[in-house]
Amino acid sequence: MAESDNIIVETAEKIFADLADPQTINHDKKDAWKAPLWQALSDAGLPLSWVPEDCGGSGADLADGFALLNAAGRFAVAVPLAETMLAGWLLAQAKISSPGGEMTVLPASPKDKITLNADGSLSGRARSVPFGKAAKHFAVLAHGSGGVSIALVDASKARIEGGLNVGYDNSDIVTLDKAHAITIKPAPKGFDQAQLMLMGGVARSLQIAGALESMLDITVRYSNERVAFEKKISKFQAVQHNLARLAGESAAALAAATSAADAIANASAFNDEVFLEAASAKIRCAEAAEKGGAIAHQVHGAIGFTSEHILHRYSLRALAWRDDFGSESHWAVELGRLVANRGADELWPLVASR
Amino acid sequence: MTAALRFDPIRLPEKCEQLRKEVRAFLAEEIAAGTFDPHKPNREDTDAPEFSRRVGAKGWLGMTWPKKYGGQERSFLERYVVTEEMRVANAPTRRFFVADRQSGPVLIKYAPEHIKMDILPRICRGEICFAIGMSEPNSGSDLFAAKTRATKTDGGYLINGTKIWTSSAHIADYMIAIFRTSPPTKENRRHGLTQFLVKMKQPGIQVNPIGQITGQYEFNEVVFTDFFVPEDHVLGEVDGAWKQATSELAYERSGPERFLETYYVLTELVRAVGPNPDTRSAEGIGRLVAQLHTMRRMSVSVAGMLQAGKEPVVEASIVKDIGTVWEQQLPHRVRDLAAFVEETATNRETLERQLDFAIKTAPKLTIQGGTTEVLRGIIARGLGLR
Repeated sequence: MAESDNIIVETAEKIFADLADPQTINHDKKDAWKAPLWQALSDAGLPLSWVPEDCGGSGADLADGFALLNAAGRFAVAVPLAETMLAGWLLAQAKISSPGGEMTVLPASPKDKITLNADGSLSGRARSVPFGKAAKHFAVLAHGSGGVSIALVDASKARIEGGLNVGYDNSDIVTLDKAHAITIKPAPKGFDQAQLMLMGGVARSLQIAGALESMLDITVRYSNERVAFEKKISKFQAVQHNLARLAGESAAALAAATSAADAIANASAFNDEVFLEAASAKIRCAEAAEKGGAIAHQVHGAIGFTSEHILHRYSLRALAWRDDFGSESHWAVELGRLVANRGADELWPLVASR
Repeated sequence: MTAALRFDPIRLPEKCEQLRKEVRAFLAEEIAAGTFDPHKPNREDTDAPEFSRRVGAKGWLGMTWPKKYGGQERSFLERYVVTEEMRVANAPTRRFFVADRQSGPVLIKYAPEHIKMDILPRICRGEICFAIGMSEPNSGSDLFAAKTRATKTDGGYLINGTKIWTSSAHIADYMIAIFRTSPPTKENRRHGLTQFLVKMKQPGIQVNPIGQITGQYEFNEVVFTDFFVPEDHVLGEVDGAWKQATSELAYERSGPERFLETYYVLTELVRAVGPNPDTRSAEGIGRLVAQLHTMRRMSVSVAGMLQAGKEPVVEASIVKDIGTVWEQQLPHRVRDLAAFVEETATNRETLERQLDFAIKTAPKLTIQGGTTEVLRGIIARGLGLR
């Protein structure tokens, strides 16, 4: 909904409009849309936006990549764009070049850990891995005796149990059992799993904010078309107030997500202030997905509950995205502990830091 | 696509951080000197004229106004920092807050030059207090139903009628009020109201305090009987107040005072749970902090748009809607979590006292300065539903 102000977003929006039209996708029972969309995104270099040119990517700014994810959310894009971007970003932390094709990251939950064994192989079980089945490669963050490492692993080395999240996208269990990496390198000093999870969380926050923008848009439009009791339902005050609340939730998600993206893009260190931004974005966007999505469905009535209607492409996906890279409950506990640990009189200085 | 809502991530400029340090140091001195107790959130009961003058002497009143009127020509973002630091410290801002936020800007826009030169420097020095005369016994949210009459007479107007729920009228030196100068027309029911500057504390004005459920006397009934207002105290267009009202709303509705009113209970809860909270407390605090942070980032974003010369009326209404609902719920959520605080927590009594007060304050937060219902109507209009 926001004016696109960078070339990457403009390119992406054009591709999404041409090849990811929600109505077309919703009617396509054979997933014929998927390959051309991914091809076009790849041709434009978008999945490797966050990978520097010397690592095989297109070397875009973090900020531009975040804006791209927001646009992807507005179209409820269901190919591993965010996941490949994250994987490429993770690999680039250790100066590992990205191969072409779909990727995703392991682990995808703060509760799971991959271990770097003494013999250099990798073991561990990662649950709720988005697009695990679609990935040709995994970018892996592993813990060994010498600290944190980052590895590129061929997908054929992993055992994958397929599953679906509530948005009907793949969310899989990926198991590594003494798997050998194509490349493995130490992570930069201070880089840890929390940073990967928060980066993933901010990506999801931007996608949720985008989905909410579209939910607001299509719900307002529907309310101006649908007639009941001899007038447009948009003229009923109860409906207007619900839509005002949906606008508020959409606005809150957008503000939280773009603020966190801006904080990460301009951070010199991963400090408490950046943690506040990233964790808050995930928490608040997840809350907005629940509250806002419920209103969008309420205004649509039964038609929005049908598989024929596009609303669920946004509403269910936004709900599913809450779960990836740590749920809002997880980050609320972490943020609450941080705040308590800093002490009462340090809360306001933290909040007022930007 | 519907009208785009903008909440760009504004970062406060470096000079704001220097200013913030100065404000914190000033407030720490005032607290040390016993001017106010930051743990006692009774700012509305406290009239602190000397504090007001010292804030003025610092150059923190009318900060954004032209220098010739006593202002500093500083940015909205700098004013934002001063406002939020005062709120969080529970400083007694009542005497100057309305004049600084709202009345001064109205005068700058609509008052004749000699009145600006007379009044604005006194606001900047923290010497005078303003009230806003909008609601009447039979017109609250429905502003344009106001009936208090301003009848043309030699050299001015005679005012007859009653304003009500007028905050600070009992200490105010001036009021900016709307009075009826003509009946509404068939085409425009908002026609016929005019904005006036009223000098208080004169015969013909009677101020009757009204007790509030918090136990405080903060708002009033103000009765006008043949009260004379000179011609040059008309602000803006006669019969055209409705054209002047809306653009000011963005200033009034999006500031830090719209979500920080009960903030103190959150600080006190964090103090009570200590450095190692249980999971439930940590989760509860984490959510509240995330919501607070988001509110503030939205509010700062609107301040940035105001600074850029935009009029983000819908965005400002969203900030006030979400912000006031949040600050209203905050004491209840803190109460939920306080149930698990150890009996031995040293600030337990302070927390309980603050919660009692915040819970009694809460109902007004979604009523004053534009009800939730009115705000949602404005947002709905912005979405193209009306």
